[in-house]
This record gives sequence, C-alpha cells and structure tokens, in this order.
Amino acid sequence: MSLILNRRSLVLGAAATLVGCDRLAKNETVRETLFSAANFHKWAQRSLMARDALAREFRPDQISPFFRPNGTANPNTPEYKALWRRDFADWRLDVAGLVARPLSLSLAQIRTLPHREQITRHDCVEGWSAIGKWRGVPLKRILDAAGLRDGARYIVFHCADDMGGGGGYYESVDLVDAFHPQTILAFALNDRPLRVANGAPLRLRVERQLGYKQAKYLMKIEAVASLHGIAGGKGGYWEDRAGYDWYAGI
Amino acid sequence: MDRLSSQAGSAEPKLVLRHRWPTRLWHWLNALLLYTLFASGLGIFNAHPRLYWGQYGANFDRPWLELGRFGRWLTLPAHYDLAMSRHWHLTAAPIFAFALLLYMLWSLFGGHLGRDLAFRRGELAPRHIWQDIRDHARLRFPTGEAALRYNVLQKGSYIGVIFVLLPLVILTGLTMAPGMNAAWPWLVDLFGGRQSARSIHFIAAFTLVAFFLVHMLMVLLAGPLNEIRSMISGRYRLPEVRR
Repeated sequence: MSLILNRRSLVLGAAATLVGCDRLAKNETVRETLFSAANFHKWAQRSLMARDALAREFRPDQISPFFRPNGTANPNTPEYKALWRRDFADWRLDVAGLVARPLSLSLAQIRTLPHREQITRHDCVEGWSAIGKWRGVPLKRILDAAGLRDGARYIVFHCADDMGGGGGYYESVDLVDAFHPQTILAFALNDRPLRVANGAPLRLRVERQLGYKQAKYLMKIEAVASLHGIAGGKGGYWEDRAGYDWYAGI
Repeated sequence: MDRLSSQAGSAEPKLVLRHRWPTRLWHWLNALLLYTLFASGLGIFNAHPRLYWGQYGANFDRPWLELGRFGRWLTLPAHYDLAMSRHWHLTAAPIFAFALLLYMLWSLFGGHLGRDLAFRRGELAPRHIWQDIRDHARLRFPTGEAALRYNVLQKGSYIGVIFVLLPLVILTGLTMAPGMNAAWPWLVDLFGGRQSARSIHFIAAFTLVAFFLVHMLMVLLAGPLNEIRSMISGRYRLPEVRR
C-alpha cells in the first residue's frame, strides 16, 4: 500500500488548508484569540526585563551607512510646508491632556533642555534594521515639567502627517515606556538636524518597540486615561488601519 | 517503545506499543503548529524578502539572499497581510516553545531520551553508520525486534531536531522582538546581531522543511498506514523477520 502524492495534490492540499485557516480567522473568537497573543508577549517580556532595561546601544562604527526613512517621506500638507519654509521657527510642541501645566514649546526651547544621545537599532515590523545616532530630550523631562495628573495612563503622540488625507498619524505608549530613560524626543540623527524624511523637526524614539511606534513630525503630546475615543481607539494609526499590535515590543 | 504482546511464532502479526502518548500528542501538535508557523512566517518574510548578516540591514545595504515574495498558496493568510501573519505567528510560537520545553523535560526525566534516543555502544562507529546509510539507500528497513529500535540515522535526526534545530528556531525567533533584546541582550549577541539572527531563523525553518520532506518520504516507504497508526493509537505491527 502506498500513497501517491504529486505536486498538484500537495498544492491543492496546502491551498485548502490555507482557505480553512483564513475562514477560521474570520470567526470572532478565533480573531480575538489571535489578536490577544500580544498581551501574553507583553506580560512575558515585562516579567523578564527590569522596568528600565536598556535597548542595546552601539559604537559609532556600527552605524548604518544610510538610515532608511520609511512611511511618509514628507507630510506635504500646506500647514507643514509653511512650518518647513521658516525652518520650523513657528512650530510648537503642545503638551496637553491630563497635565497640571499645559506647555507649548518651541524648537529652540527644546534644544536648550538637557539632551540624551544614543546609538540604537531601529527595527521595522517588516524585518529590516538600521542603526542610527539620535539626540533628543528625554520625554520624562517634559512630562515632569508638565506634571501628569492622576488618572493619566497613556501618552499619545499626534503628528503633522495626515497620511495623504487618510486621517492623521498618531501613536501611543504607556507610562512604563514614556518614562524609560531611552525614550526621547529626537531632533538630530547622526549629528545633523533631523531631515524631513526622518521626521523633522521632532520625532519619538521608544527603543524597546518596533518602527511604527517611532512617530515622526510631532505636533502634540497628550496625556490620557484611555485610548478609546481617539481615532479608531486602538492607540495608533496602523493599529487602527491594519490591525498591528499596540504593544510593539514583539 | 514497549512491547504490548510477546507471543512469538504465532501467525498473528505482532502488535507493539511503539509511541507513548506524550510523543503522539506532541507530534500532532507540532504538525499543526509548525505548519502555521511556517506559512505565517513566509507571510512575514514577504514584507522584506531580503536577508543580511550582522547587526543591521535594510534596502540600501547588501543582502546575502534576495528572493521574490512567496506565493499566496504558501503563505498564511493567503494574501499579503503582515499584521495577520504576525498574529498567527505570535499566537502559535509560545505554544510551540512551551510544548517543546515540556517534551524535552519528559524525554529527559521520563526515560525516552535514555531508552530510545541515546546512542548505544558501537552505534557511532563509522562502519556501523556506513552500514545504516547503505541499508537506507537500498530501502532495507529493519524487521522483527530490530524495528522496535531507532537506527542510528533516526536517532541522529531526532536528537538534532529536538535538541538543536527546534531550540535554534525558537531562540532566533525570540531575538526578533526588540523587547526581548532589552530583556536578554546576550541572546541576540550570541547570534551575531539581529539581522544574522533573522537569517539563521530563516535557514533553520527551511532545514525543518527538509527534515519534514525526508520524514514524509520515509513514512511512505516504510508503510504509511502502519506508521501513521503507530503515531495515532501507538500500535505498530512489527514487520516480519526477513528470511
């Protein structure tokens, strides 16, 4: 007795299994289970690491020859172009929401705050990595200056990028990552002011998470109690649009 | 691999208990999980079908391997959807990892490793290994009592898969997570950087596919019904002694 398998039946078998899996993934319970795996990974990672465990920092000779910009290369909205033309002199970072003292900071003011410099690896959800040297202000300094009010649980980052009219790019982190020593608002990459393609004038670096968390073209930081009610409610542009995990440490 | 009945010399074919329940359960769980992980892994790979060595690697760096996207008939889901591929992959991966850990512990402390997998004296002698290769090549599979024991090539493959290849694919998979890199920086260093680890993850996955193909071929050649039954109910009909 022998079974005859040829390529055709293998392909058909694989295709049938895949269609089965895709159909399974439409079931609400299966979908919820698949989407909740990130909660397990977040719990496991946070249990294994110290709250302030640092992402690896590299030597200057390990920096990528060219740091690949990804996503939007230029927001190109009239508002952004107006800011860019005046070298971001009129740009302000608003710090709002559940804070005791709302702030409105100019780029010059931000540059005078104490900096942190870090050579870190940027890991895109797609699989590629680039190493770059960032300079910026620890987010903790700004949050401390504004004073978080009781009930604030997440920090939301609103961007100038309207994704070609598809709703503004935004991202969010919880307070563990917001107060992490390597979480900075960066204004320089590889010793030069941030280029438009890399997020000028200011972008987020949250080094223990994937690239889509690193919001570019920052306009406003908002402390909130809950992510519900902001855009699609899932805490970020790609989380809302494509179903990416909000916790991107995986 | 235990004997169920030991009446010798009768006309009845001898049925033996070949695989214990943890082996059978783990085997079919793996079939399901490895399929899910491989198909969703190809879906994830399609987002950036280039591989590099070292710490970094992106479009402007030189890859050692550049492929087109894998076809829809291979990936999970059956269209390009990075988020869904990741959901499948990240759901199956921890189950797969902990199942392997349990199976390793059971093998170690339950006696499976010492009884069935450990090499016996003389088995690793080049002459013995060569003989085994020749037997395989001529499709002369062991009969009678000898069929109860794994031969040296089987032992080597199973030990290699359980204790080297599967841990390798899991550990390199862990280093894909930036959070894990902060928690266990030594792990990604061990593989020479994240892009090296991604390459090793890919190579290990395809080595597992090679194992799977040889495994299928061997099952087909050795008598698929008897082999598959022994992995479902545990019962295996001992091939009659060659005269």
